[in-house]
Amino acid sequence: MNTSASQFTKDAERITRDLRHRELIQTALSKYVVARDAKKSRFQDWEEARQTAAGIKWDAINHLDKHLVEFAKNLEARGGKVHWAGNGEHAREIIIKIIADREAHSIIKSKVMTGEEIHLNEALEKAGYSVVESDLGEYIVQLRHEAPYHFVFPAMHLTRGEISELFQKELGSEPTDSPEELTMIARRVLRSKYITADIGISGANFAIAETGMISITENEGNARLTCALPKVHIALMGIEKVLPRLDDLALFLPMLGTAGAGQMMTCYNTLYGGPRQIDESDGPEEFHVVLLDNHRTRLLADAEQRDALHCIRCGACLNVCPIYKNIGGHSYGTTYQGPVGCVITPHLRGLQDWKHLSFASSLCGACTQACPVKIDLHHHLLQSRRNARSQKPVWWEKTAFKMFSIVANSPFIWGMIKPFARLGQMFHPLIKATRLDPAIAWTRSRELPKVAPQTFKEYWRKRK
Amino acid sequence: MKVTLFIPCFVDMCYPKVGISIVSILEKLGHKVIYPEEIACCGQPAFNSGYWPETRLVAEPVLKRLQDSEVIVIASGSCGAMVKKFYPELFADTPLAEMAREVSDKTWEFSDFLVNKLGVTDLGAEFKARVTIHDGCHGLRELGTTRQPPRTLLSHVRGLELVEMTEAETCCGFGGTFSAKFPSISTAMGDVKCASAIETGAEYIVSNDSSCLMHLQGLLTRQGKKLKTIHLAEVLTSA
Repeated sequence: MNTSASQFTKDAERITRDLRHRELIQTALSKYVVARDAKKSRFQDWEEARQTAAGIKWDAINHLDKHLVEFAKNLEARGGKVHWAGNGEHAREIIIKIIADREAHSIIKSKVMTGEEIHLNEALEKAGYSVVESDLGEYIVQLRHEAPYHFVFPAMHLTRGEISELFQKELGSEPTDSPEELTMIARRVLRSKYITADIGISGANFAIAETGMISITENEGNARLTCALPKVHIALMGIEKVLPRLDDLALFLPMLGTAGAGQMMTCYNTLYGGPRQIDESDGPEEFHVVLLDNHRTRLLADAEQRDALHCIRCGACLNVCPIYKNIGGHSYGTTYQGPVGCVITPHLRGLQDWKHLSFASSLCGACTQACPVKIDLHHHLLQSRRNARSQKPVWWEKTAFKMFSIVANSPFIWGMIKPFARLGQMFHPLIKATRLDPAIAWTRSRELPKVAPQTFKEYWRKRK
Repeated sequence: MKVTLFIPCFVDMCYPKVGISIVSILEKLGHKVIYPEEIACCGQPAFNSGYWPETRLVAEPVLKRLQDSEVIVIASGSCGAMVKKFYPELFADTPLAEMAREVSDKTWEFSDFLVNKLGVTDLGAEFKARVTIHDGCHGLRELGTTRQPPRTLLSHVRGLELVEMTEAETCCGFGGTFSAKFPSISTAMGDVKCASAIETGAEYIVSNDSSCLMHLQGLLTRQGKKLKTIHLAEVLTSA
């Protein structure tokens, strides 16, 4: 087993044993489901909305070349600068160069998952810059020096008490159990950071080709301050974020709010179209958009799984995933957790190193049912399993399945299984759930079913 | 109607009562039951493990034995999904593609067949107990036709009280080879399911999928819980 696979198994096992942790996540996510369903019912026809959204995304992704160029052209016409980054390293270089050219020192960031993907904070800190996350959840996990637990709710694994303790330790604040007070503690620190920051780095939820604007959705107002106060705004986004028309937002904004957080609309939805114009009184002097590929085009080339690029990062698939709910977000060891993470990570970071994520699923399909843009998530997991094994079969598994086909195709040999199983069953209690037990993976926590005195086949033959 | 019955391998071996119940229901309704004894397994374990060529070695004879059937009824949503949904995918671009599509078209999950094909809702059964339903994921989401039929059928069983659990549509954690590859995750999922079922105060978890029930019963027995599992077909033949 490779390192990421063994780490996954170890971390997942640890969380499955942590009942308090699982309870915390499950309670939070069951509230989400109730809120989401209430908002879904406000759509005239949610299924029709999903179908339409999938259609728009299909057009956007299948004509990505056209839409991206249109987006860049329209944005540059208003003085924005578009950078094309092939991979993470390239994107980090572009961003650091912009910062160095301005002789800037301090950076404020609103939530940007592509930043996590390319380890931007580490690179910036290594280059000597101070970086502060302004999204409350991101700020909390930054103070804890850990990765986001969920790509929409980065700190959902923490209780108020734990956050209060963290603030006492890191910010010297008084203990409190009130969410409002905790927010105010963080806000007081962050407000001063916005004012002193030279650079604001954001992500983008959507990029509109028709108008050359990016759209950012948020609940805290921190992205607006990050994008408006510093003299330079840099937006880092994956190339799959582009939508053809401004009108498309009329569907995607409520859909993102509903599927993502059970909100009718997210509180703040803002379009950013470039640096401050001559007749405008505020806004940044420079506006950069870094378009990140980082193996997204590899996924684009896979006709079977291409629709995974439809993802709007709402997190709905994580919120309904029984695996996510029982192993938590950190176990995945990926930037993007949950079902969509299991689908795209092998494409972004290599199939053989990350194939275990496609096997770590019961293929229940709750994710596919929840996805607002109809990505065929759980079937992609099946396809990745097939691709991984046809590239590199496990010899004993392959042999076992070949042998099984011989057994299954011979009624005589198949008929021998029953007496053997009965015999095995007689002696099994002696070794049950011990290291000698060949069924230990099952019997450690579960009883095996008993072979019936009369099988169905025996019943049928007798009847005849 | 001539109904070809597909009995999954583990049902044959461990849960023959499920098959026997289905035979008696179909015959009571006046249909002729045909059982191709040579069929052993649908090939799902190999398929879900990524070994598609090896799956075809098992699935091809199954397909050929089913091709002349008038209608095929499968006593499991999971194996039903394999034949109905995944065989056409498995055999796409092979000479058997057409046959896989034809077999798919005439394959039914048992409860779906009773309610939506035959229009039968009341089998005159009596089962004095409080029960809760577990929706098997494959029937529920792959076939997409098995949410209502078991509920309709149970609503006509005398003496039966159905109490829905919050997690009815949540996976039980079995997932075939997943349960052995990731036993701790699988068990955690099963525990969530069992807790939700126990909360209803039900005596039985009823499902149309024996594989899920095998997993849940395995957990319940180990933990010494009183709650039992039973297949829908067995409830429908109780009197």
